Amino acid sequence: MLITRRAEFSASHFCRAAALSDRENWALFGEEAHSAGHGHNFVLEVSVEGEPDPVTGMIVDLKELRDILEREIVSRMDHRFLNYEVEPFAKVVPTTGNIALEIWRRLENKLQAAQFRLARVRLFETPDLYVDVVQPANV
Amino acid sequence: MIFLTRRYHFPASHRLHSPLLSDAENERLYGKCNNPFGHGHDYVLELTVTGELDPATGLLLPVARLDRFVTEKILRLFAYRNINVDVPQFADLVPTTENIVRVIAELVRQDWAKFFGDLKAHVSRVSIQETDRNRVEMFLPVQAGKNFSAERNESVMVYG
Repeated sequence: MLITRRAEFSASHFCRAAALSDRENWALFGEEAHSAGHGHNFVLEVSVEGEPDPVTGMIVDLKELRDILEREIVSRMDHRFLNYEVEPFAKVVPTTGNIALEIWRRLENKLQAAQFRLARVRLFETPDLYVDVVQPANV
Repeated sequence: MIFLTRRYHFPASHRLHSPLLSDAENERLYGKCNNPFGHGHDYVLELTVTGELDPATGLLLPVARLDRFVTEKILRLFAYRNINVDVPQFADLVPTTENIVRVIAELVRQDWAKFFGDLKAHVSRVSIQETDRNRVEMFLPVQAGKNFSAERNESVMVYG
């Protein structure tokens, strides 16, 4: 069974690959390449796996999950310029895919330490575009 | 594993009526969806793509390229159309949400390699929401070395 907690953070970013020319970056990323940056209201959904406890009926303590998301992700990324203020995005292009992978990396150990089994990180850049990370491939 | 999902919207009309059934049977089975004049929905299409992120760009695939593909190959056929009358695939096929998903999955399969053969990205899911209460999803397992598998799992979810 999966249980999901949602959190939001607003952040700015731009997408430019260092290996590409200015023209190639514009062709590939479009308006996202504008280096002054632009913002999104990112919506993060974190799903953990488990079965309801026979006594409490709860899979996990969602308050604890909420606190971990707040401490590890939201407080670090909310109202930040990702390229300049959040590692590793000075060097790694902060596409929705890379942000989702970074969130997985940051949460994996912290959640494990708190006895949560991380099953999925879903990150919406807009209501019509989201990325799911479900297994730590190449993390 | 990483999955990217993009959502598209298209309004279209349709009528559910099977030539294999009598008028009375059609009316009983499809109810108000059998109205001879047809009726419309704001369909929501989701394509889910999976594969490997390009290490240089951080992208599974450029979303603008996916948008162009979907616009040209799918939305052009369906948006603001009467599916029974205007979409050739439905000349002899009842345009249920299930059949619309299968036709769209086939359209994607036909041209995917031509548009995205340079990328390690494959469509793993096609989903259509007819209303907020119905959604049909088709999962397309990706086989090594192939862009698309003939094996399909289909699921129907009804909410509400």
